[in-house]
Amino acid sequence: MIYLDLLIGFLEVGLFSFGGAYAAIPLIRDVVLAHEWLDDEMLSYMIAVSESTPGPIMVNLATYVGSNKGGLLGAVIATMAVMLPAFLIILFIMVSAKSLLKNPYVQAVLRGLKPCVIGVILATGVYMIIGNCYVKTGTGIDITALLMTCGLSLIYFGSRKFIKKGLSPIGLICLSAVAGVAVYGIF
Amino acid sequence: MPILIELFLTFAKIGLFTFGGGYAMLSIIENICVEQKKWITHDEMMNITVIAESTPGPIAINCATYVGYKKGKLPGAILATLGVAVPSFVIIFAISMFLEGFLEITWIAHAFMGIKIAVGILILDAAIKMIKKMKKKPFQIGILLASFAVIMLINVLKLHLSSIVVMLSAAIVSIAFFLAPKGHGKEGQS
Repeated sequence: MIYLDLLIGFLEVGLFSFGGAYAAIPLIRDVVLAHEWLDDEMLSYMIAVSESTPGPIMVNLATYVGSNKGGLLGAVIATMAVMLPAFLIILFIMVSAKSLLKNPYVQAVLRGLKPCVIGVILATGVYMIIGNCYVKTGTGIDITALLMTCGLSLIYFGSRKFIKKGLSPIGLICLSAVAGVAVYGIF
Repeated sequence: MPILIELFLTFAKIGLFTFGGGYAMLSIIENICVEQKKWITHDEMMNITVIAESTPGPIAINCATYVGYKKGKLPGAILATLGVAVPSFVIIFAISMFLEGFLEITWIAHAFMGIKIAVGILILDAAIKMIKKMKKKPFQIGILLASFAVIMLINVLKLHLSSIVVMLSAAIVSIAFFLAPKGHGKEGQS
């Protein structure tokens, strides 16, 4: 049943996403690909939409997937599910266990989880970039996409040398949209 | 204004005006809850940041629950948490109604083909920023590389293995490594 799948899927995401929104992306990707709710392409689009609209990215993604697969009720269930673990854990810490985070076992787990999460995010980013540069059918390299990846990376990372904080994520998304229209409109 | 309504409206405002997710929100929450409303102290805000980073879930939700509980117990926690999520829920729900039809327009589809490339770069950038801030001892680097390799393999070979399994394994290895009885894990002091 779709509602139960949404509930369990997004409870998992909420419970295991240590370290903010980008840590949740690999988990959401696992869930939506396993259930075939979205493909990699649609998921990238939604990450961009979530990044360009206000609010927590994880909540945005949960609302979208829920609404797409189960209408308003699905959206409510997925959004509640992704927030519930965080809500309950903070409540638990506030009410009864202010020293929980100092517990040696919790400390040990966190010390291992942090680098692991970074590894997972890194692999997801690298895999997405490589995936973008391959032609969908067959095994050839998509030269246009490869050139765009190099160009946008250069501008994004290079901008930090010239502007104080560099190009913002929303700035990069806008620029990439314009580049997409220009490049794919011509070729 | 009753505190419960004020909590809901304040966090709804935070949810509505912060782009770019959790870390962007922290500075806005600090500005409103510490400087303007004086609901919590600066030290408490630091404390919340540490707790939010070490617990799962959206960082903004962690903060809202903490501040809400402090000012209004359980009802406060519920209303602050809902407040932070309601604006994005409404916006994304509206977008989800027309996004797929929207994508059938050629030039918008082209725009999203470009955006897809930007998203890959953003995720890579998030990882790079985290690596820069990470403690770089052999144990941490080992876990990072091992997790990276396993996830790449899962992706390339299209295995049905969730990254949660990888995270749980890392947690177990870490407990064994840091809490092993002395004498066994001596080289583990690095």
